[in-house]
Amino acid sequence: MKILVCVSKTPDTTSKIAFTDGNSKFDESGVQWIINPYDEWYSLVRAIELKEKDPATVVHLVTVGGADVEPIIRKALALGGDEAIRINTDGSDPYFIASQIAAIAKDGYDLVFTGKETIDYNGSSIGGMVAELIDAPYISLATKFELNGNTATVSREIEGGEEVAELALPAVVSCQKGVAEQRIPNMRGIMAARTKPLKVVEPVAVDALTTVVSFELPPAKAGVKLVSPDNVGELVRLLHEEAKAI
Amino acid sequence: MSVLIFVDQSEGHIKKASYEVLTYGAKLAEQLGTVAEALVLGSVSDDLTALGKYGVKKVHQVNNDTLNHLDAQVYAKVIAEAVTASGANVLVFSHNHTGKAVAARVAVRLKAGLVAGACALPDTTNGFVVKKTVFSGKAFANVSITSAIKIISLNPNSYTTIAGEGSAEVNQLSVAVDASKVKVTAVNKVSGEIPLTEAEIVVSGGRGLKGPENWGILLNLAKELGAATACSRPVGDAHWRPHHEHVGQTGVQVAPNLYIAIGISGAIQHLAGVNRSKVIVVINKDPEAPFFKAADYGIVGDAFEVVPKLTEEIKKMKAK
Repeated sequence: MKILVCVSKTPDTTSKIAFTDGNSKFDESGVQWIINPYDEWYSLVRAIELKEKDPATVVHLVTVGGADVEPIIRKALALGGDEAIRINTDGSDPYFIASQIAAIAKDGYDLVFTGKETIDYNGSSIGGMVAELIDAPYISLATKFELNGNTATVSREIEGGEEVAELALPAVVSCQKGVAEQRIPNMRGIMAARTKPLKVVEPVAVDALTTVVSFELPPAKAGVKLVSPDNVGELVRLLHEEAKAI
Repeated sequence: MSVLIFVDQSEGHIKKASYEVLTYGAKLAEQLGTVAEALVLGSVSDDLTALGKYGVKKVHQVNNDTLNHLDAQVYAKVIAEAVTASGANVLVFSHNHTGKAVAARVAVRLKAGLVAGACALPDTTNGFVVKKTVFSGKAFANVSITSAIKIISLNPNSYTTIAGEGSAEVNQLSVAVDASKVKVTAVNKVSGEIPLTEAEIVVSGGRGLKGPENWGILLNLAKELGAATACSRPVGDAHWRPHHEHVGQTGVQVAPNLYIAIGISGAIQHLAGVNRSKVIVVINKDPEAPFFKAADYGIVGDAFEVVPKLTEEIKKMKAK
């Protein structure tokens, strides 16, 4: 069993979001970078669990980015996984990024895991695109993933509930809460990660189909209107007449 | 040239989010000086001609039993063929569960640029630039699509649905449908509840409610408002409420018209799941709770006193 886990670098949830260069670039000053939580907590940990059950399983991590991504990928390797692949390019277009990952995923992987989305771009697109590029089934928003030989049983979120499905590998699965529980790397893992192979490969030539022109921040909230707890009727009036929300 | 709108259905009924994308797609077609058409897969019991009310002249249907269950691989091929058959150059999805599963695959098949998570009509004065939410609702990106065919998936509840007059012609499309490689073995729907992601109003509780036995006041309020119920992460983790109610960065992201947070401090991870809500009401006894900074209306007070009063006041208002 060969598993490929897609890992992305994102700003920490608590980062201040600001832009530079005439609002065309994300302001990275003072930003704490983390592994995209969905990639780390759910898809990576689930892959590691599958390897713990069956030691013959091989877990590779793949990321798209410049050399500045390496501390993050080492952090991911500290949790587990045999080796990492960094595709030496950058971009925002999901088709471009997915094409880079698909070029690796084609190389005999039975299973490709992604997080349900990245917390910076929120596109939820890479998994589906990789699946189409390698012509594999795709289960999005998985909340549970079990493996029995070459057959996967996956629960996925649907509106107002969940659906359970069976499919034969290879497949691409996007993972969210429920698939696994967050882990914290231990000292042994951190030491081991330093010497795990981190391959750098050059990108394949693909045209981007979209480009980010600019960023903008939402208008500031007007500020909270406080209502006295002794005058709850006033809140109802405001919600009905002013906000037209009820 | 036309705008094709993917209409999502479940068990034969058209989903609420579809009416929103129909309105959006029709408006976009008007902006581009072209026509809007709809595409629906599988068998539908709702009246498809009624989709005309939302501005589409024609509804293409591919009626095949395989399509009654979502398989992204099967759907993508059918949708891509329908785009080609109808000659559409813009395809619109809702960025709901189905859209997230399918739009990306269709984009690859058609080599079409995709903006997933759009929140406004594109700016077509110079090119085709779509505004989308990024950084979990903390900012927007304006993204230019440069391919010939363009795909947009619209964040649910970000465009106002308008129903007018009109009737659409239904056209049966004959498209080859592959056998699904995914076998659905169970569908577990939480019956009698309003799906969180489709709810207009969400009432959400946090640790301030002190224990699962105290949820009655929140459930009464939700019932009175016809609202879905949600909770913060600690509440889900402590199993006071089912996991699927957890709203936040790592849980469900919601964008209702009204979000009422009761006894939730408003950690940044929670806000990331709710900050696209149109109106936020916070009820918390701690005036320093960070949630008040993100709120439109607030009451600093004891939830156990305020919430039952609120339910009563809403009853009174409705009686008028």
